Amino acid sequence: MKPVIELEGLGVRFGKRDILKGLTCSLSGRTIGLLGPNGAGKSTLINTLLGFYQPSAGTARIFGYDIRSETKQIRSVVGYMPENDAFIANMTAVSFIRFMGELSGLPSEAALERAHESLFYVGLGESRYRKVGTYSLGMKQLAKLAQAIVHGPKLIILDEPTNGLDPPARQRMIRMIKEMREVHDLHILLCSHLLRDVEEICEEVLILKDGRIVHYSNLEAERSANRHFVEMEPVGDSAAFAQALEGMGCECALSANRLKAVLSDGMEIRDIYRLAAERDVQLRRLNYRRDTLEDIFLKAMETSSNGSL
Amino acid sequence: MAVYKRSYRAYSGRLTPAWSRFFVLTRYALRGMFRSKFLTTIFVLSFFSPLICAILIYLNHNATILATIHARHNEAINVNGDFFLGFLGVQGAIAFFLTAFIGPNTIAPDLANGALPLYFCRPFSRAEYVLGKLCSLFYLLSFITWVPALFLFGIEANLSGAGWTWAHRSLAIGSLLSSFIYILMISLIAMALSAWVKWRIAAGALMLGVMFFLSGFGTAINAVLHSNIGFYINPGALIARVCSQFFGTESPIDIPVAGAWIALLIICGICLALLSKKVRAFEVVR
Repeated sequence: MKPVIELEGLGVRFGKRDILKGLTCSLSGRTIGLLGPNGAGKSTLINTLLGFYQPSAGTARIFGYDIRSETKQIRSVVGYMPENDAFIANMTAVSFIRFMGELSGLPSEAALERAHESLFYVGLGESRYRKVGTYSLGMKQLAKLAQAIVHGPKLIILDEPTNGLDPPARQRMIRMIKEMREVHDLHILLCSHLLRDVEEICEEVLILKDGRIVHYSNLEAERSANRHFVEMEPVGDSAAFAQALEGMGCECALSANRLKAVLSDGMEIRDIYRLAAERDVQLRRLNYRRDTLEDIFLKAMETSSNGSL
Repeated sequence: MAVYKRSYRAYSGRLTPAWSRFFVLTRYALRGMFRSKFLTTIFVLSFFSPLICAILIYLNHNATILATIHARHNEAINVNGDFFLGFLGVQGAIAFFLTAFIGPNTIAPDLANGALPLYFCRPFSRAEYVLGKLCSLFYLLSFITWVPALFLFGIEANLSGAGWTWAHRSLAIGSLLSSFIYILMISLIAMALSAWVKWRIAAGALMLGVMFFLSGFGTAINAVLHSNIGFYINPGALIARVCSQFFGTESPIDIPVAGAWIALLIICGICLALLSKKVRAFEVVR
């Protein structure tokens, strides 16, 4: 797959402080998560990719465009939703989004049409003629998302998109991001400190610490790699059921009423259900057991890395 | 992303030329300015002086009226360099107060609401941003300064004929250039103050203060040192000196024209440096 973001020894220095230190990696997923503790350099990385900061070493490319020399091309294919408040207070939402669309190069009529569409899409359709300055925090977040998508970018950079949202609004935001992810040729770079959001949305995760990459994880690959490890809660003759599974080549461990099994090659979940039906065992619960993103994140924080993958 | 479908879709239509996008900023800035009733009132009142001058020029050529008041042509008024300099002086004062009112509103709201990253994450540079805002002030102030000046020149040219027009062409060029320089200077000062002082009223007051303070301070330096170097820190005096060169009139500002030009360039350079420091997506804390 063609890489979306390529980092090649990217370094950023403010004064005498190195903020990003030789980051090297290639990201090609549809949804890329950027994780790290406060001060890890997540926002600096985003701002450097957008050309707001000049790299002190190395370079980076977005869709093949170099951040040092092709900033305009990058900005024309990127939509950015900043973390902090960013709006024009005395404009109605529809004027604001139209204005942003026109600045991105949309003709006036097209910008107006897409401003209405974007606002309806993010759920601000009914309040689109209100001034943005009068919006609640959650509505401002949605307005920021609307301005990021109004020009139909190929990559959307979302910096803490669920900040300040109540649980239903957060769910709605995540649903929208997931829905956008499904659109052909659209990529999302999500920067968040909420592991649950990243886990729900992202395929790839890049974890930064102290300006270095400490872990890269392809969640999709890990999900499929862990498909053979299952955890069940059988009701009935659990011991006999475990024995039968072992007879099929699985490795089993039974503790209390939980049964953990590593499936043999070629064995599928429906084989477990069939066996359970034959043995008259109910399966109350069946999960793929894998490392959660929290496990991965905590492990990464403990690990020191040289910054390249 | 149709409204009724409420689903995301990419944009595949045509795009406007990149060079023209700063006009979008100008258009929206002007729309914002004219929301103020006060500005609209002052703007309309600023046409009062050109109207009076136009009537005077007409009367100066009307034999019946001149006979009624027992005056001769060019006796009451003489449309020359002093006339245009005086006219631009009045219009310039109105333009200055208007700039002190609207100038602080150009950049400060974007800074206060953190809107700058939204501009600069698009294919839109900092130079285009400054140019777009500058053009909005330039457009507005043009209708107060050089546009009515050229209108008056046109009336006089029409009434006096081709000979006068050719002989006095420097008045039209002078009006144009003087206005350009004046607008550029006060617009840059207003924008620089707007970028550094987020509170609109304070920025407006500061603009008036800076101009009057520099003028007073310059005069004090001249008085104390018995020299003319105080004029170099007085933007009004510098503009007057440069304009007198364009119109070929005597100037009480006794400094070399080249010196006035250099001082004006330094003032504009300082304003641009101040803007460059503040107009950026994010401030870097080193």
